[in-house]
Amino acid sequence: MIARLTAGLATLCLLSAPLLAQGAKPTDPQIAHIAYTAGQLDIDAAKQALDKSKNKEVREFAQDMVRDHTEVNKQALALVKKLNVKPEDNDTSRALTKQAAAKRDELAKLNGAAFDKAYVANEVAYHKTVNGALENTLIPSANNAELKSLLQTGLKIFQGHQQHAEHVVSDVK
Amino acid sequence: MRPGRISLAALVALGLLSVPAQAETIQVTVDKLEFAPVDVNAKVGDTIEWVNKDAFAHTATATNGDWNVTLAPKQTGRLVPNKPGTTDYFCKFHPNMKGRVIVTQ
Repeated sequence: MIARLTAGLATLCLLSAPLLAQGAKPTDPQIAHIAYTAGQLDIDAAKQALDKSKNKEVREFAQDMVRDHTEVNKQALALVKKLNVKPEDNDTSRALTKQAAAKRDELAKLNGAAFDKAYVANEVAYHKTVNGALENTLIPSANNAELKSLLQTGLKIFQGHQQHAEHVVSDVK
Repeated sequence: MRPGRISLAALVALGLLSVPAQAETIQVTVDKLEFAPVDVNAKVGDTIEWVNKDAFAHTATATNGDWNVTLAPKQTGRLVPNKPGTTDYFCKFHPNMKGRVIVTQ
């Protein structure tokens, strides 16, 4: 329930960002920034989990997140360099960052099983939000074919993470 | 993987295991989070080879727990099925990646 509410709020947060509310499509430099930021925020969340959690499955999941998102972002950086695109900060990136900081503070107060549950529940919600943004806004708005293709691969990876996180949620219950 | 192959070879050499004269190698490509082909047909003793073209780590993990093949980035993993049957498998890290191995005698 809480996870669902959080996901709903996050989606609302994304949709209400002026960037999208204006009906203006994000540009490629903005899309690159959003995608990179989303990955980096999940790496930060995983690092917090690796600091705090003692649960083997949760730690393995967090390590998977660090590994995959680091690789996606490495590819994203290589691509923007190749395309000579400068990622541009924007309201959606800022909204994601702000929300992640709030979640990090909230999780910092929890320990043990309570932390594990809250972390993986948020991972489900977070990936759901990012996948929705990728599917509905970022991929359709991307102009460059290589950027679009990287976002599509990213979407498949993050959908995999969402399913993986759902599985971990059912295990740490 | 290697010890498994050696012991299998040893069993074959000792005539303890009947393997078709020409065991084949069947390749599955892992690219952009997809197993291709999704369905793989093999005979007992053949080698199934997953060629991971992704820069991401994957696994080929039997849903029934019979086997688990680790597929490091840009590496190849192998399985020599030792009994007939149909086994669904998935990637532990990205469970949306799915495939099936169909083994006949």
